[in-house]
This record gives sequence, structure tokens and C-alpha cells, in this order.
Amino acid sequence: MRLPDLIGFARGAAAGNPLRTALLILAMAIGVAAVVVLTALGDGARRYVVGEFSSLGTNLVIVLPGRSQTGGFNPGNAITNTPRDLTVDDAQALLRASAVRRLAPLAVGTSEISVGGKLREVMVAGTTAEFIDVRRLELAQGRFLAAGDWRRGANEVVIGAKVREELFAATPALGQLVRVGDRRFRVVGVMAATGQGLGMNTDELVIIPVSLAQAMFNSNTLFRILVEAHSRESIEPAKTQVTDIIKQRHEGEEDVTVITQDAVLATFDKLLGALTLAVAGIAAISLAVAGILVMNVMLVSVTQRTAEIGLLKALGATAATIRTAFIVEAAMLSMTGALIGYLLGEGGAALLRQLYPTFPAYPPDWAILAGLGTALVTGILFGVLPARQAARLDPVLALGRR
Amino acid sequence: MAALIELSGIERVFQLGDSAVHALTHLNLTVDAGEYVAVMGPSGSGKSTLLNLLGLLDHPNAGSYRLEGRDVTTLSPEEQARVRSQRIGFVFQSFHLVPRLTAAENIALPMTLAGIPPDERQRRVTRALADYGLANRASHRPNELSGGQRQRVAIARATIMQPAMILADEPTGNLDRATGEDVMRLLEELNGQGVTLIIVTHDLVLGARARRQLHMEDGSLRRDERTCASPT
Repeated sequence: MRLPDLIGFARGAAAGNPLRTALLILAMAIGVAAVVVLTALGDGARRYVVGEFSSLGTNLVIVLPGRSQTGGFNPGNAITNTPRDLTVDDAQALLRASAVRRLAPLAVGTSEISVGGKLREVMVAGTTAEFIDVRRLELAQGRFLAAGDWRRGANEVVIGAKVREELFAATPALGQLVRVGDRRFRVVGVMAATGQGLGMNTDELVIIPVSLAQAMFNSNTLFRILVEAHSRESIEPAKTQVTDIIKQRHEGEEDVTVITQDAVLATFDKLLGALTLAVAGIAAISLAVAGILVMNVMLVSVTQRTAEIGLLKALGATAATIRTAFIVEAAMLSMTGALIGYLLGEGGAALLRQLYPTFPAYPPDWAILAGLGTALVTGILFGVLPARQAARLDPVLALGRR
Repeated sequence: MAALIELSGIERVFQLGDSAVHALTHLNLTVDAGEYVAVMGPSGSGKSTLLNLLGLLDHPNAGSYRLEGRDVTTLSPEEQARVRSQRIGFVFQSFHLVPRLTAAENIALPMTLAGIPPDERQRRVTRALADYGLANRASHRPNELSGGQRQRVAIARATIMQPAMILADEPTGNLDRATGEDVMRLLEELNGQGVTLIIVTHDLVLGARARRQLHMEDGSLRRDERTCASPT
């Protein structure tokens, strides 16, 4: 039998029983749609988290005081478990590293900010002019902290969007004097609102020069040093150089933790990638169920069409022809169902994106290919058994049923 | 004239529960090409089994069947299918048309299965439709046709591959006398063109029209009568 004839014949057979065909296609479509939508959800979550982390700044290497447990047991830790301070001098020393493009020290504490009669508790970040570039932040008004000697700083403050709104409301904030802790600062800039983020929320932050913050909190240590490497490739060199320099300065003891954003990202990426796979696996079960349904329905169809099969044999159809005809029919139904399911799934993902615009719910390519492929393979695989059954049918018995 | 069909020592046994039913016992038969044979006998006499055997739809338990000098009982199922396709045409009592296909598609079905190109199919179907007076029924489905028209479609289908023989199982059984007569005339015309015609019937009047009558009883041949062909 020629291929176009086979396809025409299978199409005719499928159209001959619309209810059966519709149900089969529906089952297949639901299976594939489930795969597409669920993987879109899983991969969307992955992209969302990765995106949020990237917004912290790119090529970032973060230095924390103290040795975290990630390094395993270190005999040095057993003897001295109070780490040395991470100082502004340490930060300045890191500028010597060749892989470092720029860096910003960060000291953090809480204090009160007041203007007029209004008073509010705020988180105070002491840092330098580079902070805004390293963290990729934006200003809404004015300017950021002035560049200059890290050890001395003018009494200037940059306030977060929410702080500005609560303290100044509609009146201009720039140039106003505010009191933070026991010092007076002049407002030189206002940060742009960043909305919700995974990192530190700058909307409720006030930023002052690092030297003043350390004086205010009466402490020498830094909370973090944010280091930006020149490029993605220089993140690893930057990490080793930073570690080496700190080690030298701290009498050979590695008492800081250096983490890269990449490492954090990679962990989340892996975690959520696995989640997507798991979800895809669950969805694949529904595909397998659809495949078994195809088999059942095709088996029933063989019994219903015994007379026709017997006739085809009497008219000279070989067992192979009949087998092929049934497999083509099963494959055609599966493929149609899979395509409809794919469109439904894409529609569902688009709807998700419409409802949650921040959530990038795009099904990954591999999931689409795997979904369509599984549908086709199960359809054909489960079509083989009924097809063989049909081909084996005794024509005399088949014709005998009148 | 060479023998078209040579059956020798054919046995066919069906197992019904514990008992074995001998549908055909030690059957010997020779049919020449171009003959017009009626197989007659009461129900259960084995005439349908014989027809299925002749049509390669069934296999004997013993004996040999030579069709056009070739032993066909030992052929593989694929080769038997080819023999059915090229050499044998079936006409059934209940027509056995595919309900979802049009008259033209039903007639073309054996050619479709044999893989004949569409334009050749089209040519042959058009001629067959004209020959059998179905030209204006080409795109009708079986349920839109009368019984006589359906059987004419079935005969057109049986002859479309130009077989050597036509096996007809009670071809008029579901038709009234007038349309039955019509169908018989068609089949006899084909026989006149040299196609071997074998008809199974229990209608004695119908059987009497054949030039040779085989009377069967309990799975064996009781009488083999030849009436001289009346020259018309």
C-alpha cells in the first residue's frame, strides 16, 4: 500500500468513529499539555531565581569575615575561633589584586533617622562611592556619596525611596539636614525604588560614608566587602587573589569566607533544574497513561472492525499492510493529540506569564521535544499490540460475523 | 485445457470442544479454467469451508491444493495474500462493503491495497462504474445504495484486479428475485468472458443455471453433474 493511501485510509478510519478519535486525541493532548505547562512552571521558577540573583550585580565576589563551615575542618579554627576583623584597610589592600575591577566595603547597623518631628528606625549602610556601581543600583534624585578618602567622609547621606517618602512626603528631600544616630547629615541623593528583591532592600536603607558608619557603631569590622571582577572569567582568579591577600594580612590565617555569586547561582540552578526534571517526570506519567489509553481504544477498535479486517485480507491485504495501517492510525492520533496538547500547553504558559508578568514561564526546548517525542513513541509503541492483533486475525472468522 | 484448480485428498477438521467436526473429508476436485460451477448442499455440508479453502482464506489439515499448477498450501501468508489479490475475486452474500468509503473507493480498494498508482486506479474505476451502470453512484456511500447496487459494487470490486476466478457465496441471498436475477446475469457475463465462476448456493433453481453442479453432504462430494451448456 502506498503511503498517501495508508494515511488516507487511517484518516478515514479515525474519522469513522469521531467520539473514539476525539477522546484519544484529548487524552494525548492533556498529557503533552501537562508536560509543557509543568516544565514551564519549573523552568520559570529557575529563571526567576537566577534573574533575581543576577540583579545583585554581575561578576560579584563577596568577602565575609569569619570562616564558614564550607571549608571543612581546619586545625587553625580549633585554636583560634575568634576571627580577625575585616577592616577598611583590608578592603583597600584588595584593590591591588589584578582581577579586581572595583570594590566597595560595607558596614551595616541599625540606627534612627529623624527630621522635623519625624523619627524612624532604619538600617544604615556605611560604604563608599563605588557601592552604587558594584551593586548596579540607580539613583532617583541627586548624586551618590562623593569619591574620596575612605577613611574620611563628609556628612552626606543617600536615602532609600521609602525612607524619603515617609520622612519628606511631598516636600523636596535634597539638601535637607537629617539626624542619623547622633550626627547630622545632609541628604545628597535618593535611591530609585527597586521593588521586591531577594537581596538587601535599598528602599529602606540610608547610606553614609563607611568611616562615619564605623564611628557611629563604634566598630572596626566590615560586614562585607563586595568585589567586582573584571569579567566572568576573572571571577575565579579574583577569588584566589582576594583570599591570598587577606591571608597575608591576617598572619597566614584564612579567616574570611569568599563566596562568588556564581556558586550560589549554580546551586539554585541545579536545584531548580532538578525540580523541573522531577515535575517533567510526573507529567510524563500522564503521557504514559495516555499511551495505554491509545492501546485500549485501538484494541477495542480491532474487535469492532473485525469484519473490515477480514474483508481487507480477502481482498489481498497482507498481514504487514494491516499492521502498518493500524500503526499509522495510532501514530496519527497520537501526533494530532500531541500537537494540540503542545498548543494548549503554550497557551497555558502564556496565560501564566500574563497573570504573573515577573514570572518567566517559558517551557524549555528539551521539554517540548521530549513531550512530543514521548507522545509519538508511546502512541506507536502501544499501537503495535493492537496492530499485531488485527494482522493475526483469521479472515474466515472475521468474515463469518455478519 | 489446463486445470485451474486441483484439490486432492483435502481434509478439514474443526475442533469444537472435545469433538472433532470433519467439515471436509477426503475431497478430490478438479476445475478447469473458464468453468461455471455451482456448489450446493444443505447447511453444514461443508460448502462454505470449501469456498474459503479455494479462496486461500482457510488452510486444509491434509491434502494439496494446486492453483494454476502451483501448490498454494505451502505458500507463506504474504504470498497467499498476493495470490488472493491477483487471482481471486470474492463476492459475499452480505456484500461486505466498507461503510465509510464511497462506491468508487470500495471498488478501488483491492488496487489501493496492491499499491497501484492513483491515476491507473482512477482509470479502471471509471470504466468499471460505467460497465456496471454505477456511473452516477460513484460518490455514494453503501448506505445510500440499494441492495442490487451494493452487490454490483461488490462485483466490480471483485473483478477490478482481473482475477482468474470469482468465488461467490450466496450472491443473491440478500436480494429480491429481480435484482438477484440481474446480479446473476452480470456474473454469468463475466464467466462468458472466460473468468472461472464458482457459486455457493442452496437455491436449486440458481444452481441449475450452472454448467456443473457439485452436491455436497457431510463434508464430501456426493454428486458431480455436468449439464451440457445450452448454446445461446
